[in-house]
Amino acid sequence: MENNVIEVKNLVKKFGKLTVLDDVCIDVKKGEVIAIIGSSGSGKSTLIRCMNGLETSTSGDVLFNGELLTKGNINKKRQKIGFVFQSFNLFPNMNVLKNVTVAPKTHGKFQFPFTQKWKKAKQELNEKALEMLEKFGLGDKAKENPNNLSGGQKQRVAIVRALMSDPEIMLFDEPTSALDPEMVKEVLDAIKSLADKGMTMVIVTHEMKFAKSVADKIIYIDKGKIIESGTPEQIFNNPQCERLKEFLSKILD
Amino acid sequence: MWDNFWSRSWTVLTENSSFLWDALQNTLIITFAGFALGLVIGTILAIINANPSKGIFSRIAKGFAWTYILILRGTPIVVQMLILFFVFLGPQGVEALNVAILAFGLNSGARSAEILRGAIGSIDKGQLEAGRALGFSNFRTMQKVVLPQAYKNAIPALGNEIIALLLATSVVGFITVIDITRGMQLIVARTFDVLVPYMLLAFIYLVLVYILTLVLKFFEKVVFKHGK
Repeated sequence: MENNVIEVKNLVKKFGKLTVLDDVCIDVKKGEVIAIIGSSGSGKSTLIRCMNGLETSTSGDVLFNGELLTKGNINKKRQKIGFVFQSFNLFPNMNVLKNVTVAPKTHGKFQFPFTQKWKKAKQELNEKALEMLEKFGLGDKAKENPNNLSGGQKQRVAIVRALMSDPEIMLFDEPTSALDPEMVKEVLDAIKSLADKGMTMVIVTHEMKFAKSVADKIIYIDKGKIIESGTPEQIFNNPQCERLKEFLSKILD
Repeated sequence: MWDNFWSRSWTVLTENSSFLWDALQNTLIITFAGFALGLVIGTILAIINANPSKGIFSRIAKGFAWTYILILRGTPIVVQMLILFFVFLGPQGVEALNVAILAFGLNSGARSAEILRGAIGSIDKGQLEAGRALGFSNFRTMQKVVLPQAYKNAIPALGNEIIALLLATSVVGFITVIDITRGMQLIVARTFDVLVPYMLLAFIYLVLVYILTLVLKFFEKVVFKHGK
């Protein structure tokens, strides 16, 4: 399975007596886009948070590139796992440019400040960041404080921030749920542009149309269990189990 | 008793100007150096207390921080200063002024730690998660993300702390430091005029606090320019 970027094996997560995830297994292949759908409280956010160790599992394993995620290697591995939050979580103590460069700057090779090498490294990083911001339509926002941006712009900055470390996989935890309706599209378009470039992605979403158009595989979760998974065709046009049918009829009305 | 109050005040000030100037400097040095030292100690203690790790080292450190704060907040600053000077450092030949700075720094550290603990607690948990998701360690997340925001939120409370500290330094005369209070006491002892020096003393503290308040207001305005 050297093709799997992330493997989730028999994952169980309990909060006290409440079982949130019950024996979940997922393989995320390289280049694959997986959308996770399900009603709220079904455990889909917990699942995606387990994939980069923001939640620790009660039992079961998460493997990244075939290697088990542990307390010891999680910080290193996370640099290659991009994560985008529902509530953006941009750093208000930095401007947009610093937000997106702080991770590569911190993880990069240490240079003594104000030396030639330091200046060069900083300049290269800033150029890369500006180029990336430009690509996502944020070229003129580099010096802004994130507080002064709209929700859609904030989320795009958050995507750029995650991309700056050249991740091998991007995880999205309901990236459009906190947005005003008119801003949903710009963020979905941004995510779609990543999919078109072959980025491996897992997306927890309530946007069914989007899931249908962007995902190679859709996973339906209910009460912490994977109830059904398959191509968008199978899931939306030919759902097998009752619960999924009910869920889809509610959400697609 | 109040005869010629203003002219007598003027005389006290002008006749003792260089003496009072030195005394005033001592007051300010102890205040600001003590506050700075306290901020460093407070930051370290707050980082220790904010560490979510349940490892053995973290527990020991937390126990230490808890004890430190308990003792330093639970005894009067005068008593701490007396013990530090007369029991420990004075006999070693450490200068009284330095002992005063150290005493006020240690004391202020305990309170700054509590102020910063509150400020760190007020930072949205998502900030911490975002830092961790970028691959930062706990410490790096603190340094790059949480602390800068916490300091900013703590500015009003830290401003109160520095004002309280300024007023509290009036007890350093206990360990032979000549601050502005001790200085006025000495003038009283020499001239047998109680009224003028003590009224002047109160006025000087008031002016100092007023200036500090203005500076802090200005500082807040600059820092909070972009809103929260």
